Amino acid sequence: MTLNEGCAEARSTADAVARRSYGKLVAFLAAHTHDVDAAEDALAESFTAALADWPQKGCPDNPEAWLLTVARRKFLDAVRGQRREAGSDAIDGIAEGLSAAWTEREFPDKRLGLLFACAHPSIDPGIRAPLMLQAVLGLDAARIASAFLISPATMGQRLVRAKQKIRQAGIPLRIPEPEELRERLRAVLDAIYAAFSEGWIDASGTDVARRDLAEEAIYLCKLVTELLPGEPDAMGLLALMLFAESRHRARRDADGEFVPMGQQRTEEWNAAMIQEAEALLRNASSLHMLGRYQLEAAIQSAHTARRMTGRANWSEVVELYDALMAFSPSPVVALNRALAIAEKDGPVAGLAGLEEVAADPRLGEYQPWWAARAELLARTGNIEAARHAYDVAIGLERDEPVRRFLDRRRAALRG
Amino acid sequence: MQYLFALYQDESAWPKMTKQEQEQGVAAYAAYTEALKTAGVLKGSNRLQPSASATTLRTTNGKAQILDGPFADSKEQLAGYYLIEAADLDAALAWAGRCPGAHHGVVEVRAVWEMSSNNK
Repeated sequence: MTLNEGCAEARSTADAVARRSYGKLVAFLAAHTHDVDAAEDALAESFTAALADWPQKGCPDNPEAWLLTVARRKFLDAVRGQRREAGSDAIDGIAEGLSAAWTEREFPDKRLGLLFACAHPSIDPGIRAPLMLQAVLGLDAARIASAFLISPATMGQRLVRAKQKIRQAGIPLRIPEPEELRERLRAVLDAIYAAFSEGWIDASGTDVARRDLAEEAIYLCKLVTELLPGEPDAMGLLALMLFAESRHRARRDADGEFVPMGQQRTEEWNAAMIQEAEALLRNASSLHMLGRYQLEAAIQSAHTARRMTGRANWSEVVELYDALMAFSPSPVVALNRALAIAEKDGPVAGLAGLEEVAADPRLGEYQPWWAARAELLARTGNIEAARHAYDVAIGLERDEPVRRFLDRRRAALRG
Repeated sequence: MQYLFALYQDESAWPKMTKQEQEQGVAAYAAYTEALKTAGVLKGSNRLQPSASATTLRTTNGKAQILDGPFADSKEQLAGYYLIEAADLDAALAWAGRCPGAHHGVVEVRAVWEMSSNNK
C-alpha cells in the first residue's frame, strides 16, 4: 500500500469514527470534569495524531480505543497543567475514572448525559440546540452559525460561554433523577426539534449546512430513543420528524418550484420513513402517555393518510389540534387549527379562528399566518383583502421559491 | 464543589409582618439550616442586617471613597447567604429549591471559584 492510499484510508477511517463516536468520546472525557471544551481540544489533538500515525503504521483494529487512549493522555495533561497547585487526589480520581472502563476496550456511552447537560435549565434556551450539535456531533461553529443565520464569530462566542457555564457552574453530565426526567427530557427534545426546524427551512436543500441539520436532528433523536427507551414523546418527536423528512424531496418540483403538501406527488414520499414513523407512533401511543410531539406526529399521520388514501378526516384533525392546544398552546398551533377548521366548517369559520390569535405580536411577522389569511379571504370572495394579505406574506418570506409560489397565488386572484 | 446561595428579598416586607409571622419565618429558616447540617453539607450561613446598614467602599487613585448604602439599589436586597457543599449544580439546585428564601424572594446559586480548579 502506498503512503497516499494509507492517507486516504486513515482519513476515511478517522471520518467514520468521528461521525460515530465523537460525542461518545467527548461525553466520556468530560463526564468527571464537566469540561466539554478541554475534552473537545484533547479529541481534536488525538484526531490530528491519528492522521499522522495511521498512514504510517496502518489503521488500528479498534480506532475508537486508539483515539480514546491518546485523547485521554492529552486531556489529563491539560487538566494537570490547569490544576498545578491542586492536590493530586482530584487528578488521580479523574485518571482512574477514565481508565477503569478503558481496560475493557469499551467505555460507557454517556452521550445522553451530555445531551441533558446541553439542555440544562440553566443554559440559555437559544444556545441549547447549537451546543448539542457541537458537543455531541462535532459540528464546527461556522457550520452551525450558517444554519442558524448567525455570524460564525458570535456563534463561536456563545458556544464558548455555554461550555464555560457547564464547567464553572458544575452542570452535571448525567441523566436527571426520575422526578425531574420528564421535564428535562422535554428541553432536550425541544432543542433537537429546534435544530430540525432550522434544517427544514431550506426546502430546496441547496444549503448543505442546513440540509444536514435535519438529518443530524433525526440522528440525535434516534440516539435518545435508543439510550432512553420507553419515552413516548421522544418516539413522538422522532415520528414527527420522519413524517416531515419523508416529504423532503416532494416539496420542490423539477424546476425547483415550491409544491404545497396538497399537490405533492405522494409517490415521491419516502415510504420507508413513513412506515417507521407510523410504527413509532403506534409504540408511543401503546404507552398511554400523551404528549405534544405525539399529537403533532398524529396530525402528520392524518395528513399523510389523507393524501395516500384520498379519505379526509378533518374532524379528527381538528380534535387533535384541540388536544395540542391544551398541551402546548402557541399561536402557530392556533393558526394550523384554524386551517383545519376551515376545511371542516368553511373559510368563514377558519378566518374566525385566525382572528382569535391576531392580537399576538409574533404573528405580525409570521408569513404562514398572512398566507393562510390570504387563502381563506380569497375563498370567501374578499379579493381586495386577500391581495393585501398576500402582499404582506410575500414581503415576509425569505425563501425564493416560496415567494414565487405566493406570487402565483396572488396573481390568480380574480375580482 | 461549593455553592453560595445569595438570598435576595424585599426587606421592606419584614417590618410589616406580624410577630407571629416573623416567628414562623425564623422557624422556617432554622429548620432549613438544620436540614443542611444534618445532611452534612452546610459550610456556613448568615442573615444580614438591612441593606440601609451597608457601607460601600471603592479606592480610586489610592483614595478610599466611602458611600452610604448598598452597592446596587434594587427592589430586592441581599438579605443573607448559605454556603453549601454539593456534587454538582443539580444537587445545589435541589437544596436551593427547599430554601425558604426561594418562596418569598430569589435565591442566586453560584459555584465557588476553587483555587485548585481549572478556571480558565
